[in-house]
Amino acid sequence: MFDYTFQWRQAYRHLPRMLEGALVTLEIAVLSLIIGIVIAVLLAVARDSKSIWLRAPATAWVEVARNTPALFQIYMAHFGLGSFGIYLSPYVALLAGIAFNNAGYLCETFRGALRAIPETQTRAGRSLGMGQAQTFRLIVMPQMFRISFLPTTNQMVWAILMTSLGVTVGMATDLTGITQNLNARTFRTFELFAMAAVLYYLIAKAVMLAARLIAWRLFRY
Amino acid sequence: MIEIEKVYKSFGKLDVLKGVDLTVARGEVVSIIGGSGSGKSTLLTCINGLEPIQSGRILIDGTDVHARSTDLNKLRRKVGIVFQQFNAFPHLTVLDNVTLAPRKVLGMSRAEAEEIAVKQLRHVGLADKLKVYPSRLSGGQQQRMAIARALAMSPQYMLFDEVTSALDPLLVGEVLDTLKMLAEEGMTMICVTHEMTFARDVSQRVAFFHQGILAEIGPPDQIFGAPQHPETQKFLSNVR
Ligand SMILES: Nc1ncnc2c1ncn2[C@@H]1O[C@H](COP(=O)(O)OP(=O)(O)O)[C@@H](O)[C@H]1O
Ligand SMILES: [Mg+2]
Repeated sequence: MFDYTFQWRQAYRHLPRMLEGALVTLEIAVLSLIIGIVIAVLLAVARDSKSIWLRAPATAWVEVARNTPALFQIYMAHFGLGSFGIYLSPYVALLAGIAFNNAGYLCETFRGALRAIPETQTRAGRSLGMGQAQTFRLIVMPQMFRISFLPTTNQMVWAILMTSLGVTVGMATDLTGITQNLNARTFRTFELFAMAAVLYYLIAKAVMLAARLIAWRLFRY
Repeated sequence: MIEIEKVYKSFGKLDVLKGVDLTVARGEVVSIIGGSGSGKSTLLTCINGLEPIQSGRILIDGTDVHARSTDLNKLRRKVGIVFQQFNAFPHLTVLDNVTLAPRKVLGMSRAEAEEIAVKQLRHVGLADKLKVYPSRLSGGQQQRMAIARALAMSPQYMLFDEVTSALDPLLVGEVLDTLKMLAEEGMTMICVTHEMTFARDVSQRVAFFHQGILAEIGPPDQIFGAPQHPETQKFLSNVR
């Protein structure tokens, strides 16, 4: 009945390969977060803009990113764009898909944070002779990042976990991709995926720790 | 010189300023008193172009604040404003609060800006708080920091909007003393205030605002001693 014998030693031999994959996973997650944050700030500004030409596309982005499966978003970046003759490699497609998703979620996080910053802060900046963009960049944005710091780190963890969807578009070099390939060769399914799960867990925890350190260093007030 | 000529201002259907005329000469201190909602704050925000006006005009040294061709960011360097809420930038230390605009707007180096900031902060009695974040300051200290922040731009005019109204009564004195000091140094000031003693002692003229109109203006002795307008009389008898 239960004839699966654990062979941890054999699986352990693959650990170095898997760690390489973990690094790729972390890389994609970090890049997708950076890109996501930049776009999210622009989306947040656009969504509250007076111009419908800015508001409408930004709203559409956010609605799609938040209300469709992340898997579809990554699929679209690879196969969907492929149908229009735009070919993104699995790596780029995965990165683009996750960044798209991050931007949508973080936009709403940032907008919530912006609501919490009194209008008088902007007035004070403008009355000192600073321009609108300058005031936003120097006075509003730093406060926005602080208020939204915790939800942003949550999105970072979410981004790490989303990278595992890359296998569906042929991603072979991240943690899941490598684990999948090793599994196909060795059939040590339980051991390999258990190890991968532990690695995901550790990456997520490490990132949270790093985030806390950054927050402690950055937000002294 | 600040020249306010027949200024009308409304928020949607609400008429807030209904033809305000007021001229403030260099070196003059004018206090504006009046009931809440009468449009005092709105007038100040119109003077430095934070709010547009519907008609009339406001000239600062001859420059029309609301003309399309006016560079407001440049004009605002000349006109400092301090609000009722202290509006400290919470993410910056006291020193950085004050150096930010000189550096980013006037293009000063950090060293230059810090020299000026330290001077201004010493001026308002905050020389020992340079590296502190505003959350560690009392309301009175935050308000004095806001004054130093505005002064660091070397403005020629200062607008004060009820700068003591949000303060603990015990802290009002220190901020009023700072304003008094500025007035004695010859700063041109328009002070919206509820502090009648301050208005009487410090200003050359006192203006009484009522429902968007400058109902009465004159030297403090006249306004407080022998007010002409019935609304001024009513207001002052309620204040006392
Ligand atoms: N941004 C604004 N939008 C709409 N109405 C406003 C705004 N600012 C002020 N008001 C209204 O204008 C009137 C005058 O306000 P204000 O100038 O703040 O009076 P005061 O400073 O004399 O108390 C009030 O009725 C107030 O509700
Ligand atoms: Mg007011």
